[in-house]
Amino acid sequence: MITKVRPHLSQNEALLFERSSPGKKAYQLPDLDVPALDAAEALGAENVRAEIPGFPEVSEVEAIRHFTRLSTWNYAIDHGMYPLGSCTMKYNPRINELVARIEGLAWAHPYQPEALAQGSMEVMARLEAALAEITGMDAVTLQPAAGAHGELTGILLIRALLEKRGHPRKKILIPDSAHGTNPATAAIAGYAVQNIASSASGVLDVSALARLVDRDVAALMVTNPNTLGVFEENIMQAAEILHAKGAMLYMDGANMNALVGIARPGDFGVDVLHLNLHKTFSTPHGGGGPGAGPVAVKKAFEPFLPVPRLKRSGKKWAFDYRRPRSIGRVRAFYGNFGVLVRALAYILAHGGPGLRNATVDAVLNAVYIRKQLEPYFDLPYASPNMHEVVFSDERQAKLGVRTGDLAKRLIDYGFHPYTVSFPLIVRGALMIEPTETEGKLELDQFIEAMISIAKEVEADPQLVKNAPYGTRTSRVDEVTAARKPVLRWKPG
Amino acid sequence: MRYLPKSDSERRQMLEACGVASPEELFSHLPEAVRLKRPLDLAAGISEYEIVDYFRRRAAENANGYASFLGAGVYHHFRPVLVDSVVSRGEFLTSYTPYQAEISQGTLTAIFEFQTMICQLTGMDVANASMYDGSTAVPEAVFMAVRSTGKGRVLIASSVHPEYREVLCTYARHQGMPVEEFGYLPEAGTIDLEDLDRKMDDLTAAVVVQSPNFFGIVDRLQAAAEIAHRRGALLIVVFTEAVSLGLLEPPADADIVAGELQSFAISPSYGGPFAGIIATQEKLVRQMPGRLVGQTTDSRGNRAFCLTLSTREQHIRREKATSNICTNQALIALMATVFMTVYGKQGLRELAQQNLAKAHYLAGRLKPRFSGRFFNEFVVRVESKSPEEINQALLKKKIIGGLPLGRFYPELADSMLLCATEMSCRADMDTVAEVLR
Repeated sequence: MITKVRPHLSQNEALLFERSSPGKKAYQLPDLDVPALDAAEALGAENVRAEIPGFPEVSEVEAIRHFTRLSTWNYAIDHGMYPLGSCTMKYNPRINELVARIEGLAWAHPYQPEALAQGSMEVMARLEAALAEITGMDAVTLQPAAGAHGELTGILLIRALLEKRGHPRKKILIPDSAHGTNPATAAIAGYAVQNIASSASGVLDVSALARLVDRDVAALMVTNPNTLGVFEENIMQAAEILHAKGAMLYMDGANMNALVGIARPGDFGVDVLHLNLHKTFSTPHGGGGPGAGPVAVKKAFEPFLPVPRLKRSGKKWAFDYRRPRSIGRVRAFYGNFGVLVRALAYILAHGGPGLRNATVDAVLNAVYIRKQLEPYFDLPYASPNMHEVVFSDERQAKLGVRTGDLAKRLIDYGFHPYTVSFPLIVRGALMIEPTETEGKLELDQFIEAMISIAKEVEADPQLVKNAPYGTRTSRVDEVTAARKPVLRWKPG
Repeated sequence: MRYLPKSDSERRQMLEACGVASPEELFSHLPEAVRLKRPLDLAAGISEYEIVDYFRRRAAENANGYASFLGAGVYHHFRPVLVDSVVSRGEFLTSYTPYQAEISQGTLTAIFEFQTMICQLTGMDVANASMYDGSTAVPEAVFMAVRSTGKGRVLIASSVHPEYREVLCTYARHQGMPVEEFGYLPEAGTIDLEDLDRKMDDLTAAVVVQSPNFFGIVDRLQAAAEIAHRRGALLIVVFTEAVSLGLLEPPADADIVAGELQSFAISPSYGGPFAGIIATQEKLVRQMPGRLVGQTTDSRGNRAFCLTLSTREQHIRREKATSNICTNQALIALMATVFMTVYGKQGLRELAQQNLAKAHYLAGRLKPRFSGRFFNEFVVRVESKSPEEINQALLKKKIIGGLPLGRFYPELADSMLLCATEMSCRADMDTVAEVLR
């Protein structure tokens, strides 16, 4: 039975360009307090455009209705559980939005005098310190704009240190369970990628690692807990193997929500890691950004961090640009400051003990789901899981129903799907991460929905294969979209 | 804790259902040596009131109540109220990347509109769903040019935003990609076409030019395009001041446009988050990095949108992807989309005209250093004092002056870059002019 949702009406809405008509306005500018200027004269007639063809013309009421109607076509955390594995879709506290909009912070210009930016700099310094404490690392850069950007920064740091030690080396080792960004990043940083097959228990194969690590290997990129939600129990051994050959241990912090307050990467041998503030530290995903991907490093990497670095100069904060060994800038200015404010607000709200409690609840929720769904779905790896659990569609696939179908049916039950078909080492993966911000009622409804779908597969596989039924948009033809790309509106 | 929705009794029930005696047992499989044996050294959690108070006090340590004439890639433009009303809706704010098209049509439709408006604005055929920011869009555009020309060298104008050039160098260095600069004319402030021509060769993949350039000057794109194309290179046009596109001819000579949309209702926010764009011609679409939304239909035949051409992307192609990027800046791009909707066809032009009028009013009372035509920023040489001293004097009058250029251009150490927008009032401009003269 579907308990969480029932159908309701939603509005149709044309594209802005289709509902525009000449002369409509949603703006009013103040009267000019200086003489008006002839644009052609000031800029040269050849530089001035006639108009912006097709640009919208709507009234204010139409504009707000347009976007409000569109918004109702989205599912969101505010509607309910969003169990996307490895995405850590937790509640986004609204206080974070409020403080990021305080005028002195939101309207700070990156080039305003440092003496008039001390508040912003203090926020950044405090966040750097908190992230260093949480990860057990020595220094943090807040400049990278997203997780993948942090990865690139981290690998460039490794490259820079190895270069200084004589040779940047050639290869990066990546487990086959890794996110796609890891190999893409290694390639952009100029490294060849070598995959390592996971062991039978789904963790890093240390003996394979020992065989592969040589003087050509720059680093191992590992996600811990890995994408199965399993803690890499041999991580310290892996670090020793790497370090003995002068190679580095890079950690993708995508799953840091399983570790905060429990274990620190810096204490288990990690040299460089990136964090995703939009995952672990609750800043909103916003339909796909903005995020922030700070990078935390051990002391040896500190001289190579991107410029500028915050430094204390007497009683004031200052930016230090004279850092000859820095890898350079990875982004203009100092990073996604507005995202940093939100992350710090989250850390302040929880505090040290609170952050650990959040981790405990995140893991409890995932273990609870595993326990309740284990009788209905195949569990390819029996190792204990942390913040997420990965099932496979093996049982359902026998009846012709795949993980993607189950996911679409979940939509009818009022939930966002889990992560589909990832990690790649599991055939037909269902990757479920509830996060700590789901209560027992929501979890029980999710479990009930999953069990109900498992039963539907037995009774009527076709029902599940054609889902969803309750959405205003039914299954979307992605094949045609890619074959005949229509990437912008054009007048018909 | 207010973000954790379980009661203690629910927690106990769940632990019991899991067959676990205590929360600690959930972590018993972790090797002893990796476990943190002490509490994190962070203060205890605080209330909403205390959080607001903390950040208000930090904000009070920043500039408050100052008029500002800083531009240089980040501009003070009014943010229409509708922008925050829309982006504060939980449906937009708290949703993920729209992989599940059936329940993400709101975000997908808005991005499709965004892509369309960026095309209309830039005169390009296709635009992606946005990039991290303008500075990172530049190396991504350069990599596109490298892939499509099969060449590996880059020529970039020294009048491109200095921090954008630094970012390009960081990215290029580790690819072994040579990046060389060409200069600007000391009189006009536009690119030095002879220098460009001299440095051009057949191994150059891209020529990168900004317009309006870092000095605010409308640059010579057509001439740059001719030189680039003659030797089989692509022209990448960069912009940092998107409002200029309300008046200026779109960069039709460009092969790729890489820009920053901060001016479109995105708070300066001490430098981010912003949203960059990459737009290009049809023939280069498969070389594009980043997310793209395409139009299609659902199984009932209704128009629908979805993420598309993902075979370019890292989650499919892994190390062979066009870029490692896996997000756009959806919510920030939405701010820009609402901004473009509110101002629309007439409003963006009128806004650009006001910017032009204000900057030219201020410039009229001073002597711009360069003779090139400018939009809302210009360089002035400071005569008797240093730019820093002038700014100190302005601060006493609650005005943040222009950007002293010496830190980026040693030859312009006696100059500052001033910006005026629709938010600059005449009285403040008069004060700036007085102090500067």
